[in-house]
Amino acid sequence: MSLATDMTDTVKTPGAIDGGNVVEVRNVTKFYDGDIHALDSVDLGFPAGQMTTLLGPSGCGKTTMLKIIAGLLEPTSGEIFVNGKQVTGPGPERAFVFQDFALLPWATVLRNVAFGLELRGDSKAEREEIGRHYIAEVGLSGFEQKYPHELSGGMRQRVGLARALAVNADVLLMDEPFSAVDEQTRRKFQEDLLHLLSAEKKSVIFVTHSIEEAVYVSDQIVLLSPRPGRIHSTIRPDIDRGISPDDIRRDKNYLDTVETIWQDLRKYLD
Amino acid sequence: MTTSSATGDLPRAPGRSPAFLPTKAAWYRILSVVGLFVIWQIAALIPISPAFPTFTSTIVAFYEMVADGRMIFAYADTLKPLLIGVAISAGFGILLGISMGLNRLFQWFWEPIFVVMQAAPVAALIPLITYVYGLGLTAKVVAVVILAAPIIVLNSYKAVSNASPNLIQMCASFQGTRLQQIWKVIIPNAAPVMFAGLRLGIAGGFIGVILAELLITPTGVGDLITFHRSRADYAEMYAAVLSVMTFSALTVGLLERAEINFFRPEKKKGR
Repeated sequence: MSLATDMTDTVKTPGAIDGGNVVEVRNVTKFYDGDIHALDSVDLGFPAGQMTTLLGPSGCGKTTMLKIIAGLLEPTSGEIFVNGKQVTGPGPERAFVFQDFALLPWATVLRNVAFGLELRGDSKAEREEIGRHYIAEVGLSGFEQKYPHELSGGMRQRVGLARALAVNADVLLMDEPFSAVDEQTRRKFQEDLLHLLSAEKKSVIFVTHSIEEAVYVSDQIVLLSPRPGRIHSTIRPDIDRGISPDDIRRDKNYLDTVETIWQDLRKYLD
Repeated sequence: MTTSSATGDLPRAPGRSPAFLPTKAAWYRILSVVGLFVIWQIAALIPISPAFPTFTSTIVAFYEMVADGRMIFAYADTLKPLLIGVAISAGFGILLGISMGLNRLFQWFWEPIFVVMQAAPVAALIPLITYVYGLGLTAKVVAVVILAAPIIVLNSYKAVSNASPNLIQMCASFQGTRLQQIWKVIIPNAAPVMFAGLRLGIAGGFIGVILAELLITPTGVGDLITFHRSRADYAEMYAAVLSVMTFSALTVGLLERAEINFFRPEKKKGR
């Protein structure tokens, strides 16, 4: 594991990892209401085809960062590049998975999953076919005609994930997707997510406040300092993904990385 | 007016229970209404007032009035201003409420007007309405609108302006246009509160039309009430009053059922 990679370095050398960064954040600063300083000159690169986690204490601006990348929030200054092109709003190359699921309560699972396609103007037959495919992918076959209130929290988030996958974006932006899900479901979901993503070849930007989750799912972890959010360090956990999920959780490198991050973060808590 | 709460509760059985197949909740509601009628009957038999007829004599009077057509003609008269007034209030009210929820300038301009209208003592304003609009249909329609529109407008506006910011953001993240956002997210999200406003507005419209028929020119059901009161036919008078309450409650209940059947599929299924 390599600690404290200089982030400006990463930005200056696109193409260093897996053919470059799919998302680049350049000098992004964000003030809320003119005086709350959420992010301070953040430079960050997200390697294509990898899972990068934004990790940090509450209020470090990680969700703000993610929403700026999504185009849902405007940065006070700075630029966002996706696939080398500057973006200023939401776009088809990015899909968002919301912390609170954000499902339409009046729509079935099938319509919810296909909602991105519906907005895009796809025909009903087309979007239902794609919708059914991704419902199966996330393990919800048979629930197509159910409504969100009939599902458990974990199942609802699977719907949220399927909806993001259905629009076939290059980048998945996941905002604490498992925080409203109980621990057992969360572990299973993490495993399924890794399995699914290895097949789908997506780049993922993942926000979490769970160190274990970050280390378990990530190729690269970006540690943010508390408000105003700055890059504290970047960590690439050196974990053999070939071994079983339970072995990963007992792996020495896994445990060491968790411990290192905890030591880094705990000083912010006092 | 002792029956108002009971008749008000009757059709409010949430449309979840399948029609005509009483659930446990429905039995309790039936029991509540029956209990009220029994109390009415006992109170009238004591009697608490010579001008208070028994429940049974009221029902008999009701059937006589339906049988000889008086009730039906009266409703034909009453429904005209009511339907026109409710249609205007619902159509314009919902549109105006939605625009107020979506546009701050609209909100600033219209909100004070409807808040004042809602607080206005309508009975006191009726002479003014008569002065401006005369004795005809227009004045009665205006009375219905004054009572129905503010509730419909303000509820629609509140419903739209409180639409879930998370869902709006979700729609934006999938590149929904403003029109898609309004049509596919904001309005369905606001529908339950808008329908609640519509139901209350229609109930207000019933009050408005009867008020107008009592205070402007006696026509329709208002005439039945005034006429039988003047002749001390209290059973007939109460039959007219009871019919208004029942009719209003049934309309509101049917509207709720229609809402669930056509607009809230998840509620229909998740009973």
